[in-house]
Amino acid sequence: MLSYVLRRIGVSILILIAASLLMYVLVSWARDPLQDLYASSSPNKDNLIAQRIQWLNLDQPVLLRWLNWLGGAAQCVIPGGGCDLGVTITNQPVTILLGRAIGATLQLVTAATVLAIVFGVTVGIVSALRQYSAIDYTFTFASFFLYSLPSFLMGVLLKVFIALGFNDFLADPTITWPWIIALSLISGILWQAILGGSRNKRVVVFAASLLTTGIMLWAISATHWLLDPSLGPVLAPLLIAGVAAGMVILIAGTQNKTAWRTGAVVAAVVIVLYFVSLPFLRGWGLMGVIGLFVVGIAVGIAAGLLLGQHDKGQAARIGALAAALGVAVIVLDQYMRTWNSYVTNPRINGRPIATVGSATPTLKGDFWIHSTDTFTHLLLPTISLMLISFAGYTRYARGGMLEVLNQDYIRTARAKGLPERTVVVRHAFRNSLIPITTIVAADVGGLIGGAIITERIFAFSGMGALFNSGLQAGDPNPVMAYFIVIAIFAITFNFLADLAYSALDPRVRAK
Amino acid sequence: MTIPLDPDFEPPAAPAAEDDGVAVEKAGAQGISQGRLIMRRFLKHKPALISIVLLVLIIGLAVSATGIGSIPGWWKWNYTQLLDPYNNGKPTLSLVPKWLGGEGIMLGEHPFGQNGVGKDYFAMVMRGTMNSAYIMFIIGLIAAFIGVVIGAISGYYRGWVDALLMRLTDVVIVIPVIVLGAVVGVAAGGLGPLFLAVLLGFVAWTGVARLVRAEFLSLREREFVEAARVAGASDARIIFKHILPNAMGVVIVATTLLIAAAIILETSLSFLGYGVQSPDVSLGKLISDNEAAFATKPWLFWWPAFFIVVLSLLVNFIGDGLRDAFDPRQKRVRMKKVKELPPEMAVGSSIGTRAAVPEGAGRGGGSAVGRRQRPMDGENDENGEIDGSQA
Repeated sequence: MLSYVLRRIGVSILILIAASLLMYVLVSWARDPLQDLYASSSPNKDNLIAQRIQWLNLDQPVLLRWLNWLGGAAQCVIPGGGCDLGVTITNQPVTILLGRAIGATLQLVTAATVLAIVFGVTVGIVSALRQYSAIDYTFTFASFFLYSLPSFLMGVLLKVFIALGFNDFLADPTITWPWIIALSLISGILWQAILGGSRNKRVVVFAASLLTTGIMLWAISATHWLLDPSLGPVLAPLLIAGVAAGMVILIAGTQNKTAWRTGAVVAAVVIVLYFVSLPFLRGWGLMGVIGLFVVGIAVGIAAGLLLGQHDKGQAARIGALAAALGVAVIVLDQYMRTWNSYVTNPRINGRPIATVGSATPTLKGDFWIHSTDTFTHLLLPTISLMLISFAGYTRYARGGMLEVLNQDYIRTARAKGLPERTVVVRHAFRNSLIPITTIVAADVGGLIGGAIITERIFAFSGMGALFNSGLQAGDPNPVMAYFIVIAIFAITFNFLADLAYSALDPRVRAK
Repeated sequence: MTIPLDPDFEPPAAPAAEDDGVAVEKAGAQGISQGRLIMRRFLKHKPALISIVLLVLIIGLAVSATGIGSIPGWWKWNYTQLLDPYNNGKPTLSLVPKWLGGEGIMLGEHPFGQNGVGKDYFAMVMRGTMNSAYIMFIIGLIAAFIGVVIGAISGYYRGWVDALLMRLTDVVIVIPVIVLGAVVGVAAGGLGPLFLAVLLGFVAWTGVARLVRAEFLSLREREFVEAARVAGASDARIIFKHILPNAMGVVIVATTLLIAAAIILETSLSFLGYGVQSPDVSLGKLISDNEAAFATKPWLFWWPAFFIVVLSLLVNFIGDGLRDAFDPRQKRVRMKKVKELPPEMAVGSSIGTRAAVPEGAGRGGGSAVGRRQRPMDGENDENGEIDGSQA
């Protein structure tokens, strides 16, 4: 195993070096870094050209420049060595630009990746469990459609419809009756198709979700809730309890008494936390949020271990998840309470969904205002990135789940009388995750580099923008810095994917 | 249950027997060829078939309207003519017949409107569609050719040749296609669509190479290859006459999906400004040029967007149909089968699995199992043929 890992790392480094040579030669062949100066009419043109030639060593042959660059880049790997990725055509050190860009891009892709995985896998599994039903065909067509939609189209559409549309709507947040009726009908049809069952059950589910959605939308519209939202002392505790119950049902099933006890204790503690922290949380800021999560999860695990009886691990898992989601509800409520002061801020001026950049410049406010601002800026690019990878994950998850559901051991599990929930969640779901894990790992490596187009549309200055502006100006060093980071990411995650596969599936041996 | 143990097990009759038992059983007795079976399965895949027809129609429309080389198209304007604005540049296309209160079905002066400087947008979109389609096919074919050659050599000879070629593939894979494409596009964009397409083809072959190599590695161990070798066939003959035809399924499917990816690649590059350059047009470039005008002249955005999505969707559907036809084990289209069942049963059976999950599962395993109808296994993917034969 060790020799496999070492050999693999050695080969990866050689591949990286070869790919960097290919890239360097291509970039220097693609565009001349001096072209903007040749076209300029400034009086000291010759000086500028000479200066840039000196900065970038353009008087040397390409191979020598590449060796220089490689030497500088190699120092980044050696601890304590000075990291030198060269300078841009305006003599800025690339290392600093790169640090900033990586930060921004990670912020952008993290949420998108997590959401895409969660939604993609969920939808794929629902689709597999309802194979050949209307909902399956709908999801399949939707994922094909999203798959065929280039990201720039998605970005432009989101900008026009979500950003402009929602901002215009917020000026007068009244939902008209045709919209309420249409959305309620859609929700009813969707839920009855997802939950399924006998005709009676479907009718009941349809009616219930239709009415719930209708009443909710009406209430939101009538109270202008969107202008000053909050969950309040009734909804928030209910939601926390509901989240805990959901976790219990999903992980342990409705009959497991110890799980219910754990869930109830955790929900009670989180509700108490909610009321205790309510007056102070705004002042506490980020430390308060982290503290709440730590306390909540600790309490959840402790409750699980104390009450778990014969299945402490499962109970602790339920406790931790329920507590984390419960605290998330508390934080969400706090964000909702700050929403109004964010929207009415003179810099925002009632148009909260941003289409450009990563933050509102010169915005004054506390932690909550600033993080809301980040959120509204990240919202659209995140949705755009998410929908693109979502389509792929849905297909993989559906295929993987179908494959597993047809295995003999699933039939055995059913034959010995296990409840369907146990069969699906414990036997099928876990094993269907194995191939998805490897695909996800390989994809995450690529995501860092895949945001070139999305970043351009939303004028977000991350890695993609570094590459884009560098290539447009024929500036080799930023392009190479971008390349080396994403190549290392891609290679590492591919490697991790292979290791994960052989760890998760004993039939696969790394050699 | 007997899932075929041999992963390459492809019984010619079994999958077909499931599609329509009687007809193929008869044919099977006469000895129907693998190709005919695949053709038959593909023709059953309605979305793919419709997609092919639509794709041919769209490309036909684009090519005939624009014309090729010195042969003029049927459309009266071309994509470079500056014209006086007509009706404020709005589209004149009307599809509502007169008797429904519309203006009648007609193209009008400028069916897709005119852009900011008065060029006819129908001509531009048609030219863009033609360019994009042309580029995507060339990318697909060149990449498939390189991929097949490299994959075949590497899978057939193994050893150091394989190691060398696969490391070369790894080097190209490490650079994301869009990045490599952008760099290549910057260099070649100004040299015209053909040159761009060829260079992009040299970038996109890695996936095909890997698939073909895997296929060759497994096929070269089969008895018929051994037999050919014993009979004294040359390496080239074994590769091209014996192994390649058996690997054709993988190649065709991978190429189709590659073409679907190629149109996204080309439009994305043109959108970023690294692809097709002015004065020529491509669908991605049209969107990039007119993105800012969305609020005032939305049709400048919608027409190219529509053609991009439709082209990509159609090619994806064709790829899906081909995959089903070549690899019946992977996923069969059994829409018909669901329709044959009484609706209640078809729905209940496939739904029953999860129906009892949140509420019912705990109250009694009995009810959950009872509601689940066993026949559903028959519709499940892999063991469909087995259950079918038992029934």
